[in-house]
Amino acid sequence: MLTVKDCRQALILGLWFMFLTFPILVIKVNPVEKTVVWRWPNMLWVGGVSACVYLLSRVFLARRAARQERIRLGLEKESKGLNLAVFRQPKVCLPLLGGVALFFLAFPALFSTYQLNIMITALMYVVLGLGLNIVVGVAGLLDLGYVAFYAVGAYSYALLHLHFGIGFWTALPIGGLLGALFGLLLGFPVLRLRGDYLAIVTLGFGEIIRLVLENWGEFSQGPSGISNIARPGFFGLEMSLDGSITYLYYLMIGMVLFTIFVVNRLQDSRIGRAWYALREDDIACQAMGVDKTRTKLAAFALGAAWAGMAGVFFAAKTTYVNPASFTFLESAIILCIVVLGGMGSIVGVIVGTLVLILLPEYLRALADYRMLAFGAVLVVMMVFRPQGIVSTVRRTYTLHR
Amino acid sequence: MDYFIELVFSGLTRGSIYALIALGYTMVYGIIGLINFAHGEIYMIGAFTALIASTVLNILGLPLYAVLILTALAAAVWAAAYGYTVERLAYRPLRNAPRLSPLISAIGMSIFLQNYVMLAQTSDFQPFPALIPEFAFLEPFAAVVGSTDLTILAVSALLLLLLTLLIKYTRTGKAMRATAQDQKMALLLGVNVDRVISITFVVGSALAAVGGLLIASHIGQINFSIGFIAGIKAFTAAVLGGIGSIPGAVLGSFVLGLTEAFATGYVSSDYEDVFAFSLLVLILIFRPAGLLGKAAVEKV
Repeated sequence: MLTVKDCRQALILGLWFMFLTFPILVIKVNPVEKTVVWRWPNMLWVGGVSACVYLLSRVFLARRAARQERIRLGLEKESKGLNLAVFRQPKVCLPLLGGVALFFLAFPALFSTYQLNIMITALMYVVLGLGLNIVVGVAGLLDLGYVAFYAVGAYSYALLHLHFGIGFWTALPIGGLLGALFGLLLGFPVLRLRGDYLAIVTLGFGEIIRLVLENWGEFSQGPSGISNIARPGFFGLEMSLDGSITYLYYLMIGMVLFTIFVVNRLQDSRIGRAWYALREDDIACQAMGVDKTRTKLAAFALGAAWAGMAGVFFAAKTTYVNPASFTFLESAIILCIVVLGGMGSIVGVIVGTLVLILLPEYLRALADYRMLAFGAVLVVMMVFRPQGIVSTVRRTYTLHR
Repeated sequence: MDYFIELVFSGLTRGSIYALIALGYTMVYGIIGLINFAHGEIYMIGAFTALIASTVLNILGLPLYAVLILTALAAAVWAAAYGYTVERLAYRPLRNAPRLSPLISAIGMSIFLQNYVMLAQTSDFQPFPALIPEFAFLEPFAAVVGSTDLTILAVSALLLLLLTLLIKYTRTGKAMRATAQDQKMALLLGVNVDRVISITFVVGSALAAVGGLLIASHIGQINFSIGFIAGIKAFTAAVLGGIGSIPGAVLGSFVLGLTEAFATGYVSSDYEDVFAFSLLVLILIFRPAGLLGKAAVEKV
């Protein structure tokens, strides 16, 4: 299947990457002591791996082309890939949902507090991912400063608790509202801009929020952050540490279910359909009488409200917030979840979170390579599977005569 | 008054560095309409290559000028190679994809390259050797302008001149302008569009690498994350001048550099980055086409 030409290409590619990575990967200098370490094995690794990857991709592409040829000739049926049609049948759907529900309900009883904490974090990312999904996946507005709204939520609870002793349950809607308010604040001026400008401005906005939190010490206590934030209470009941973490876990489950419910209902609503239309073609959408600015603002504000609420949960979980938790990397991780899972798909976001948040937690040995992999995932997904792991099934209607 | 002149020079120095990076953004945007997020990382890789090359050459005992020239060459060559590879791997397959796809791919590339350098080199700040010699004739003015500042200004001016000549008077430059105007038409007239795009990436990356080398020896230390902030600021400069326009990028860079210098000099240095970002947001709100740009009319 592999021709001589492929092998020659692989060799050239391997040599090119060896040349490319030569200074950074092979040489390591210490400019103070003027010593140099040469790491030649790295070079061989790079050459070998890149040549192998090229050959594998050739085989893969050749097989895909062959299959498409067979499909064209009618010898084989087109496979739809992993989509949700199977799970829509009640026979499959109900036991599966039951099993998942049982697992999540019994989770605190089955696993340690450490595992529980990881799960709470993962659920938080599910909420964040679903929120960003409204903005990026559904409405097609690339928001790179999403973490700013998360920070707004976390700090609003932290500061309200610090100064006024306000509890979690009051702070939750306030955090959501403030998030939405900031979303509108950012949205008003920038939504007239084209997609890529929007991306940069949101990125800048995210950084501004973080820098202000870091430097405006009188307001936010600067880089040292705010500690001793109360965990959520339950009608004034005293709870042990483990108990309150379990309680937070169930709250988080409730939050995820609520989010899924709202997002699901939104997608089929008038505004949800307007978002899809806007994403596909905003000029045609305007011509159909959709108010572009208002629709976009709604997406922005709703997405931000969810980030704000997730922020309140974050502050309550860690009982401590500081600006370092809200860097651009965090925005990138959330974006990665949405892109990997499948833009616009709820199940996709959940799958994406499980892959990107839980996997690195359990593969601690590879923790250093986590961000490297995130970057690579974004590129590879865009090039090979832009629709994500779980592609969205758009609702279709059949007209009968 | 000395302080004022010092700030002017500091602003011009910053501005010319931003210009070297911003040109890469604006050229790529002009030709394929993509914000090359990974461009800041190319600049960072240029700076790292320069650090490695200069240390190795120093140990070999070459004279200072030879070290400087060879280092600049190495930085430019490798950064150009990275720019070319990034385009081939992450952007070319997505040329006809929806607008959002190459942008996300570019962000992925940027994250990847940052972490690649962090893992392969170090996450700490590395001291960068002073490569630019002290000029004797500048000694009387040492309070207001250093020889590094002057070198940065001179090198940037030279490179800008060369770039202008390249674009205005060579065949390649003509092909670049044609591709920027209308890619399909250029293709029909026999311009090898793929090659032109590759050349654009190569030239932009090499310029950014020289910028990286100059700023690193000006500031005296580098680390893997310098590309991010510098990239955003250079992008701000490109937008300020009108993205896609080369004179615009240069003008925007100087405006941004001077603004930053005065804002940090007279107001507060804690909020250095906030000034740049605020400037970006303000321009995009009030004059999205930039100082020298023309408002694009979208046709259906």
